[in-house]
Amino acid sequence: MCLAIPGKIVEISPESPTTALVDVVGVRRKIDLGLLQDDKPVPGDWVLIHVGFAMSKISEGDAVDQMRTLRMLGEIDGAMQEVQGYGLEDGK
Amino acid sequence: MRYVDEFRQPELISKAAEEIRRLAGTQRHYRMMEVCGGHTHAIYRFGLKDILPENIELIHGPGCPVCVLPMGRIDDGLSIAQNPDVIFAAFGDMMRVPGTQGSPLEHKARGMDVRIVYSPSDALKLARLNPGKHVMFFAIGFETTAPSTALVMMRAKAEGIRNFSVFCNHVTIIPAIRAILDSPDMRLDAFVGPGHVSTVIGCRPYEWIAKDAGKPIVISGFEPLDMLQSIVMLLRQLQRGEAKVENQYKRVVPWEGNSAALRAMGEVFQLRPYFEWRGLGFISQSALRVNEQYAAWDSEQRFAVPGIRVTDPKAAQCGEVLKGVLKPHQCKLFGRECTPEHPIGALMVSSEGSCAAYYNYEHRKAATETSLSSIS
Repeated sequence: MCLAIPGKIVEISPESPTTALVDVVGVRRKIDLGLLQDDKPVPGDWVLIHVGFAMSKISEGDAVDQMRTLRMLGEIDGAMQEVQGYGLEDGK
Repeated sequence: MRYVDEFRQPELISKAAEEIRRLAGTQRHYRMMEVCGGHTHAIYRFGLKDILPENIELIHGPGCPVCVLPMGRIDDGLSIAQNPDVIFAAFGDMMRVPGTQGSPLEHKARGMDVRIVYSPSDALKLARLNPGKHVMFFAIGFETTAPSTALVMMRAKAEGIRNFSVFCNHVTIIPAIRAILDSPDMRLDAFVGPGHVSTVIGCRPYEWIAKDAGKPIVISGFEPLDMLQSIVMLLRQLQRGEAKVENQYKRVVPWEGNSAALRAMGEVFQLRPYFEWRGLGFISQSALRVNEQYAAWDSEQRFAVPGIRVTDPKAAQCGEVLKGVLKPHQCKLFGRECTPEHPIGALMVSSEGSCAAYYNYEHRKAATETSLSSIS
């Protein structure tokens, strides 16, 4: 439940400013930026993602740390499964 | 004794462990509660107990949302989904949690339309894709997850999606800490504060713990070094006779929290007068319900909810374990009737539950050591 997965913003959706394409260790998924309206991220920024929503902006170093924590916790498979499970893509 | 060179930055880990030993001395016993289930998991996973001196005891707190949900709420949610027009959508964590008549997964095997979603947005998407059905999102979680549920409900309202509702079980962490501090059998010296909940609520809501209850609290990250540093910070406060809120996890947690997330929660939810917590009983103003403006998207206001109350199986001592009065293995059912494969209590279901964490890391390790020694 507490999983927070780091991802890098690749692109903000031209149709919806609250949807972004992120890269999580090579996997690209759409996430929701609605909870960062007061501190909007831009492409290239790193965010922590929880249940499909960006929760906070973090530095690249912190993103690397967080990924390593997940790996150490044995949660990396669960995290990747979660990311791949986001069915926010259109047509799915 | 665990070898610290297994960790990243072993020299820093050694230094922190040494500092803890120096500060803790030998004269006094320290009881510290880690509030968050993620921390509980990490403590077992990393074997931190083996690094800490014996007079520092970590008590596992109530911060696993699956574990504190009373069985009656699961029964209530599943009873709504008995209606063949209803799709029951929930996070994977919920799927194996037992209700009186079995878990959501077992109901699925009997024909109920049960779907795993990884995001509340996906539950709303299911509603868009299934206009002839009603999608009920069985929402659980602390303030980390509640804002996402709120935003999705705001979208449903804005888009006029009427075949979607939320069965809200969101809980708030502060009243649970208050209940624990008020409990006569709890004697705690300090708190390791939750990391990701605090990205939303910030650090201010913990100030009463320091000011009124006189207990130090340090918001902590999840790496071994984070947690050891947090324990150092707590011990320093205790040595100086101070009680403050400190933020060890500054790289992620802003002092003021996330204003957009708090606004979304305020828009959709209001506090329930009281809510039942498994193991802790009824706690006033400790959970969220959907407010009147969003009644059309509230499963509890749209459907008849039986309001089932179930007492835990007598032999299971989930409550005592949840409050830290008993260690997981001291429960009569632990490792016998109740295992991660066949959980009786919710603490055995989630990897953040203290029983599952204890079973996976301590019990299995002990079993391996016993069988090895019997071979030799």
